[in-house]
Parts: sequence; C-alpha cells; structure tokens
Amino acid sequence: MIRLLFTIIAGVVLGGIVHLVSVLALPRIATQDAYSRLAPITKLNAVSSLPQPDPSTAPLPFMDPAFAVAVCRYDLSGGPIKLTVPVSQAYTSVSFYTRNELAYYAINDRSAGRKVIELDLMTEAQHAALPEDEDVTAADRLIIDAPSAAGLIVMKALAPEPSMMPQAQASLAASSCKVQTEPMPAKR
Amino acid sequence: MRLIFVTLLALILAASVGLGATWMTATRGTDLGALTIGAWIARPKTGTADVDPYSRASIARSGELPVGTGDGVAFLATRDDRKRPLDGRCDVVVSGITPAARFWTLTLYDNRGRLVANSLQRYGFTSQEIIRGADGSFEVRVASRSRAGNWLPTGGIERYTLVLRLYDTPVGVATRTQRDAPMPNIATERCS
Repeated sequence: MIRLLFTIIAGVVLGGIVHLVSVLALPRIATQDAYSRLAPITKLNAVSSLPQPDPSTAPLPFMDPAFAVAVCRYDLSGGPIKLTVPVSQAYTSVSFYTRNELAYYAINDRSAGRKVIELDLMTEAQHAALPEDEDVTAADRLIIDAPSAAGLIVMKALAPEPSMMPQAQASLAASSCKVQTEPMPAKR
Repeated sequence: MRLIFVTLLALILAASVGLGATWMTATRGTDLGALTIGAWIARPKTGTADVDPYSRASIARSGELPVGTGDGVAFLATRDDRKRPLDGRCDVVVSGITPAARFWTLTLYDNRGRLVANSLQRYGFTSQEIIRGADGSFEVRVASRSRAGNWLPTGGIERYTLVLRLYDTPVGVATRTQRDAPMPNIATERCS
C-alpha cells in the first residue's frame, strides 16, 4: 500500500518535470507555428504581401481583416537588413518577431514620426562591429538589435474602411527589405 | 516483477500528468499575466520580450502572431458579462466605450481563429466604420439574422470569440483596472 502511494507521488512529481520541460520545449518543436506557416509563402530577405484572410483560407489564425499585411522573413547571417516602409494614410506599424514568435520590438508610424519608417536590423555582433563615428552620424537612423539571426518582420497598414484596402496594400507594396552586403555609407 | 510494474506505473502517470497539464495550459491559457476587464481578457506581455513560457507555448501551438506592444493590444472575449459562453444563435449586444486608442477593431472569429462566412462579408468593425450615439458610445449587435445599426453576423455558429484590438494605445503592461481601460459591456439578449 505504501509502495503504491510512493509510486503515485513519484509519478506526479515526475509529471511536473515532464510538464515544465514540455512547456519550455513547445516553441522549439511546434511545426504549425507562425514562422513555419509563413515560410512556404514568403521570400527570404524580401517583402511578400500576405493574402487577405477570409473564412476558408487565412495564412495565420486570428489575423485582423482590417489590415493589409506584408512579411519580410529575414536571416541576418548574410549582413544587416535595411527596412523602409512608407506610411499609409491611416495607421502603419512594423513588428519584429524571432524565429520562435517572440515579439521583441514594434513601432508605429506616430512613434517613428516620419513619412517613411526606416530601420536597420542587425545582430548585436554586427551592431558592435559598426565603426564608432558611423554610429554618431547615423543618429537619425534607428538601429534594432535582433536577439537571433532569423525571424519575421511584419508590416501592417490599416484600412479603416474596406474601400481603403487597395491604398493600404499599395503603400505596403512600396516597402523594401534588403540585406546590406557592402559596408554602410559613412554619410547620408 | 513488482518493481518493473511499479516503475512502469510511475512513468505512465508522469507522462499523462505532465503532457496533460501542458496540453491544458497551451490550449486554454493561464491566468499568468492576464488582464481581465469585465468579460475581456488581454495578455499584454505576449507582445514583449518577457512573455511567460505558458503564453509562448500557446502561441507556438495556435500559430498566431501576438500583437507587439509598440503596436497595440488585443482583448479576447469568449463569454458575456454573466459568464455565459457567447452563442452565435443568440443576440449579443456589445455596447459602451473603448479605452483611448488611435484606432480599434472588433472582429468575430470561430474558436480556432478563423473568420466566419456571411453574405455581407462583414467580419468586424473598425473604429471609423462604426455608427455611434451622440455621446460617442456605440452598440454592436452580434446576431445570426440581420439587425439595424451595427450588425456583426455570426453565421449561426455555436461558439465564437470576439477580439477587440486597440492600436497605438496607452493600454498595455501597466494597465490594471477598468478605470484605466473602460471596456464595452457584453450582454446576451434573446436566443432563437
């Protein structure tokens, strides 16, 4: 009887460990996460616009149908990424996710404060390798440190009314996401 | 022989308890870091780098992308103010005001996050589309049949989820109460 009780207690304690390990491992082993769903329909280091969600098909669950969405799936191992997103009439935002959907940074048109959102995305090592003086002259340039080399940049433009969807899509179509292979210009 | 049996029992118990708990938390979500205002639940921390492991697991499982904190915040409702599950065959009224935000959208999904088909192709409202009263408050009628005013069709499905997303808003990780974020009421009226 005591042995059975001991078995149950041991099982539950072990179960707690299994639970913790599996929760922590789930983001890494999930095969239907957002990145895996987007990988076949987006280009690497380039802007791909996502189809509008409708009841039968949607690239991701819980997408906001009032937004036009474009994605840049990035890999920083070839160099930093330069991102430019023109601001649409109503509301534009840019969100950054790691490979495992960790939302590490997001900015909207008002906090960017300009007609075009311009960002440089680089790993911490690439940021550290920037020449000192360049960092100073580039004070007007926004540099984002990516926690990992691969991930997603999601650009969204709001269509406050359905008739404004083409405009929102057009402003996203004018955005660009490119690897900077040559050293960055010292002056701009 | 008995030792093998006992070990086996312990291991089976461990696997079922552990994976069962993981499955439960990943599908239903936890109260960890959840902000509950009336019938609405938000997890503002899912849009930041210090998201809790349970939310990360549930995001990875569902395949959605959380709204980043510099972008906005999403409030979900699956029940009305009296804790009754939202039923697509009933008339549900969402009324009141929303917290300060540059824009907001109200969208209806089935419980797996898909939009619900309807002849109007109306899946939600934006803050600009909505018809308001003189005091700025609004009333959205969520129902399967056509209604006057702001009608959000349910397609007659049994269970659905309402998502109110606030964009460019002060509501976020620091928000605690209804006073900081006055969310609209959700009331079930009659059922057909």
